[in-house]
Amino acid sequence: MRKIWWKFLASGLLIYIVVFGFIGDVPRQPILNETIRNVYFHVPMWFSMMSLMISSLIYSIKYLNGGKIQDDVYAVEFANVAIVFGILGFLTGCIWGNYTWGDPLPKDPKIIAVEVGLLIYSAYFVLRGSFEDEQKKARLSAVYNIFAFASFMPLVWILPRLTDSLHPGNGGNPAFGKYDMDSSMRMVFYPAVIAWILIGVWITSLRIRLKLLNNHLQENI
Amino acid sequence: MQEIKNLILKDIILEWRQKYAFNGMVLYVVSTVFMCYISFKLKTNTIEPITWNTLFWIIILFSAVNSITKSFIQEKAGRQLYYYQIAKPSSIILAKIIYNFLLMIFLGFLGFLIYSIFMGNMVENIPLYLIALTLGALGFSASLTLIAGIASKSDNTSGLMAVLSFPILLPMLTMLIKLSKNAMDGLDMSVSYDEIMVISGIDLIVIALSYMLFPYLWKS
Repeated sequence: MRKIWWKFLASGLLIYIVVFGFIGDVPRQPILNETIRNVYFHVPMWFSMMSLMISSLIYSIKYLNGGKIQDDVYAVEFANVAIVFGILGFLTGCIWGNYTWGDPLPKDPKIIAVEVGLLIYSAYFVLRGSFEDEQKKARLSAVYNIFAFASFMPLVWILPRLTDSLHPGNGGNPAFGKYDMDSSMRMVFYPAVIAWILIGVWITSLRIRLKLLNNHLQENI
Repeated sequence: MQEIKNLILKDIILEWRQKYAFNGMVLYVVSTVFMCYISFKLKTNTIEPITWNTLFWIIILFSAVNSITKSFIQEKAGRQLYYYQIAKPSSIILAKIIYNFLLMIFLGFLGFLIYSIFMGNMVENIPLYLIALTLGALGFSASLTLIAGIASKSDNTSGLMAVLSFPILLPMLTMLIKLSKNAMDGLDMSVSYDEIMVISGIDLIVIALSYMLFPYLWKS
């Protein structure tokens, strides 16, 4: 019970978000209108993707330092779930963009950045697939993971700020935090970020346990 | 320092002994430029400045990937074991990066010369363009050397090399294309300080990471 309290927290918050995300009050903005509710789902996807990628990075560094195969399993599964959240964020963004910008895939540096990010992490899995030996696979993919993360970061954080972007907070557009969200929206938005991150960690922990059990079974056969 | 110098000299001597590899790279650049010449310049006789620029960087990218792939598969496993025993991994990676940097500078400048002869020179601020080329050569050589190290451990080296390196080089490439576009338009150097800073920053990050991560690769 002590260890699973955060799962109750995550599911409770998620129910709260779904209910209040759809019936709560939102400020009426030109163009955005009711689609602003997507901010509870689209933006937290990126927050969770980022935190899962950072966790994956940390476990890769840990693996290189300690050499325990368990850390490698953690890194892979965090990256796996990060990709899923990336795709979900991409899709919610497409739907949102369709109604506000009139185009599901407009020319925007952040969209390009995310596409490249998904490519990088797919390459990570291709790399893993091409080795048989477990330790070798783990070591090389950990090196690539750290390297890829470091070259992915400037793409997401620096480049969109240098060029014009449709996204708020870049290229002179004001960020959501400043103008668009009022306090009632913030009451839903911040819990949403926490809830989605926790859900991501939960899914990852289930996958990790499954993988470790599988490894254990195979060792005993 | 002495160790790094010796390793670079070793690479240069090896390259000089097997000239066919080096000639192959030069020929690669020349024939690609010639192909672009035939398919663009000869057919339509017009080429947009943006296409001109992008095409050049794609040629440079491909020749970089092609020539740096061999960094670690050129030499036999036995000899690599020998280097492992006599040299520090950090000096090996630095030597390889510096050597590949020199190689890329040479190929890039040669490519630029041939490209501007065949396709016509559209650059107004040539020093700035050459700065972009140098920064690009540095970033390409640093990141591709590490990735060549990773890819050389697998059976499908050249395929893996392209898959692993293209997404990683993309941020750098977009910045480089932007900087060299500024140079083509003949803008003053001071306009492009932002881009130069960002590219140098990315270069520094990549070099530092290759330096730190390579010892782990070298062990296996």
